[in-house]
Amino acid sequence: MSASILWAVLAIGTSVVVSSTACSGGRSEPRSTDAASSEAVIRITGSDTMVNLVQAWAENYKQARPDISVQVTGGGSGIGIAGLSEGILDIAAASREMKVDEMNRAKAHNGTQPQEFTVALDALAVYVHKDNPLDLISIEELAEIYGEGGQIQTWSQLGITNPACKSDAIIRVGRQNSSGTYAYFREVILGDKREYKLGSIDQSGSKDVVALVSRTPCAIGYSGMAFAVIGVKALKVSKEKGGPMVAPTADAAISGSYPIARRLYLYTRGEPMGLTKAFLDWVLGIDGQQIVRKVGFVPVHVAGP
Amino acid sequence: MVPSMGRRKDLRYRFSAFGESAVEWAIRLCGWSAILFVFAIFFFVFREGAPVLFGELDLTEFITSVNWRPDSTIRPQFGILALLAGTASVTALAMAVSVPAGFASAIFISEFCGPKAREALKIIIELLAAIPSVVWGFIGYMVLNPVIIWATGAPIGINILNGGIILALMSVPIIMSVGEDALKAVPDSYREAGLALGASRWQLTTRVLLPAARNGLLAAALLGVGRAVGETMAVLMATGHSVRIPHSVLDPVRTLTATIAAELGETVQGGTHYRVLFVIGSLLMIISLITNLTADLIVRGVKGRHGT
Amino acid sequence: MSAEAGRFAPGPIERRKRLVERAAYVCLLLTTAALILPLLGILAYVVVKAWPVLSWSFLVENPKNYMTAGGIWAPLVGTLDVVVLSLAIAAPIGVLAGVYLSEYARENWLTRLVNLAVVNLAGVPSIVHALFGVGVFVLMAGFGRSIAAASCTLAIMTLPVIITSTTEALAAVPFAFREACWNLGASRWQTIRTIVLPNAISGILTGVILQVSRAAGETAPILFTGALFYVAVTDSGVASFFPYGLRDPFMALSYHLFTISTQVTGASDALAYGTAVVLIALVLTVNLVSIVFRVRLRSRRKW
Repeated sequence: MSASILWAVLAIGTSVVVSSTACSGGRSEPRSTDAASSEAVIRITGSDTMVNLVQAWAENYKQARPDISVQVTGGGSGIGIAGLSEGILDIAAASREMKVDEMNRAKAHNGTQPQEFTVALDALAVYVHKDNPLDLISIEELAEIYGEGGQIQTWSQLGITNPACKSDAIIRVGRQNSSGTYAYFREVILGDKREYKLGSIDQSGSKDVVALVSRTPCAIGYSGMAFAVIGVKALKVSKEKGGPMVAPTADAAISGSYPIARRLYLYTRGEPMGLTKAFLDWVLGIDGQQIVRKVGFVPVHVAGP
Repeated sequence: MVPSMGRRKDLRYRFSAFGESAVEWAIRLCGWSAILFVFAIFFFVFREGAPVLFGELDLTEFITSVNWRPDSTIRPQFGILALLAGTASVTALAMAVSVPAGFASAIFISEFCGPKAREALKIIIELLAAIPSVVWGFIGYMVLNPVIIWATGAPIGINILNGGIILALMSVPIIMSVGEDALKAVPDSYREAGLALGASRWQLTTRVLLPAARNGLLAAALLGVGRAVGETMAVLMATGHSVRIPHSVLDPVRTLTATIAAELGETVQGGTHYRVLFVIGSLLMIISLITNLTADLIVRGVKGRHGT
Repeated sequence: MSAEAGRFAPGPIERRKRLVERAAYVCLLLTTAALILPLLGILAYVVVKAWPVLSWSFLVENPKNYMTAGGIWAPLVGTLDVVVLSLAIAAPIGVLAGVYLSEYARENWLTRLVNLAVVNLAGVPSIVHALFGVGVFVLMAGFGRSIAAASCTLAIMTLPVIITSTTEALAAVPFAFREACWNLGASRWQTIRTIVLPNAISGILTGVILQVSRAAGETAPILFTGALFYVAVTDSGVASFFPYGLRDPFMALSYHLFTISTQVTGASDALAYGTAVVLIALVLTVNLVSIVFRVRLRSRRKW
């Protein structure tokens, strides 16, 4: 008896769920959202550095436009750009520029040239454990630490003694290769012709990098300046050894004096229209840029034109 | 009997016969669906990876090179040796811990403890087996991480040791339950004979039951290996994700499964990187299939041998 | 008298045997305890760390304030929806396949092939299920990343265990029951429908319920087939139970645990631990229900 009651409950429950998921939402086709519809969706995927920012935008935009739902996924700039090229997204968030062949691929698939919008600025900070006596580093030294064939492997080679690090080894923390941060750092530090050294600890998120460095006295890692926590400190970086040392601050990012400053982008499939355009305007307006500052990045319009 | 009644009965029989055979065909189709799905999975995964397997992929580099640089702007390299080493090392450590421990517990539950304790233990083991792998990964990442740093003085707490312990804890329930089944499958007549000759329980276990249940225990170990090799989320979070050949258990490594999970999203569909990831997926599938098939054959052999 | 007792007193060999036996007992007990107690300790630790956030509002509110506060309603309901849908797909197919293997299949090569296929399907790694789901449901069938794609992927993943538990449950029904029915002139399907299935229902339901907890906990299969970092959905009213359409991507509890511990800055540790506790509690409750169910129905068996 009880078994058949259970069956009945399961059957009814299932049909209720199935029919309501089938009927509810009923949102737009996965391929077009630019046409105004009663329940509209904007899909943004990409940079993990930016995912908290985009999520903050999504959360606040819901109050400005309750009829529009913004769907946010992270995973890395590479994921967003790939999705944009395949036409399954509306907006890709990227912490690096799209490459020429990626642009071509997107154009070939979607028919329109992707449009680039700078929505925030970021200084890519180099973090070490707070007990690490090192304060400054140059790009050359970073290249020797992170690059293939690089010679620097211990803290003493950098001229300091790291008391909390017993093995003296430098533990490199980085990001996985889907990350725009990974690609951007490589471009600035190593240039075109050099690869990363294998064996770094490749974290999946910007937050992980800093969390790991804060727990590991021997570690060095790179991540957006918005991700700083108490257990780490950001090094001052100079372009060449002995050159001017600049700390990763908002002003340095804006003025360009910090060598590893970068722009954060949103890419659309073509010229933004309808919902996407409204969202982008909001993001680049006062509300959106205030959120940029709150999350810890540098608003793009404070700098002026 | 009125003739019309006979005709109605005839129609009802025909209708029910039709309905009956329709149901039977539906059942047959569902039964064969398992074959369909397995073949579909294998075929599809292999097909997505095949173009690159017979084309651009340099197989020697694939298997022997440590350089996993799929996204290089200079020259993409697809060597999975470091990834294989990662999977192998974490699995080996997990098995080294979980197989003896699992067998010990299986023996304990099956031979040494009382019926009430047995029920309770079996329920606890079943509940532990239900814990999802992302929770295990979370435990490894948040809880075990500082413990390892504190206990071993290692610079970093997410490494082979962390992943190995987590995988061991995940595999123990399956080894324990399959091992216990194997021990239970040994006929009581063996035990009775041993007891009649004056053996103690321990002597009985080591000299009679373990050799008799040997095949089933081997199957249990193999199933544990299969589970460990195929595990994704727990190793993604707990092993440190570093491409290198490990030199000690305190080194972070990257496994095959974690590589697919981390990189699939960024690949362009149909591109080389995408296809190589599917080749890795095919490799994983083949490994798991071989271990599971072997385990199943062994278990089938056990049942035959003891005539149960 | 004492001479008689002396003859049965343990000799040196017997004493050593008993000593070894005691030692073995203690070792095995310790090993088992060593496996279980630290685990219980870890679980207790997780609950303790999660304590500050655990509350009713944690369950029914959405993530707020850039996901650093609020609750887990959106992921929770996403998990529930996708799991129920996936079992609605897998259970009928699985049970009928089990019926086939147990009642209809003959001892030939085709049956052996089906059995082999079930074992193989059970052994496929979860990330390979994800690859398959992406290729077939997301891309080829055109569902996109959605509840539909994720449910289908999860359904294929849970199918083999449902088939196996159904087969075992049906095999446990005594053959005499079927014979009695056949003697009365019932056809095979009539027998199954009226006698065999109802008697095996406890075992079948146990298998299905177990797969509920498994589907709820898995992350890899939904990773690329539909799980989202964030989407704002309602958390009030009836609509809050089904906020995702079939073709929408969704938040899921298991994926949420992953992102909140690795990607969200500023979220307190307690929030991550809280999500873990809810997921564990969900899974354990479902499993406990299935165990209780199994025990009670076994005691009511008519044979």
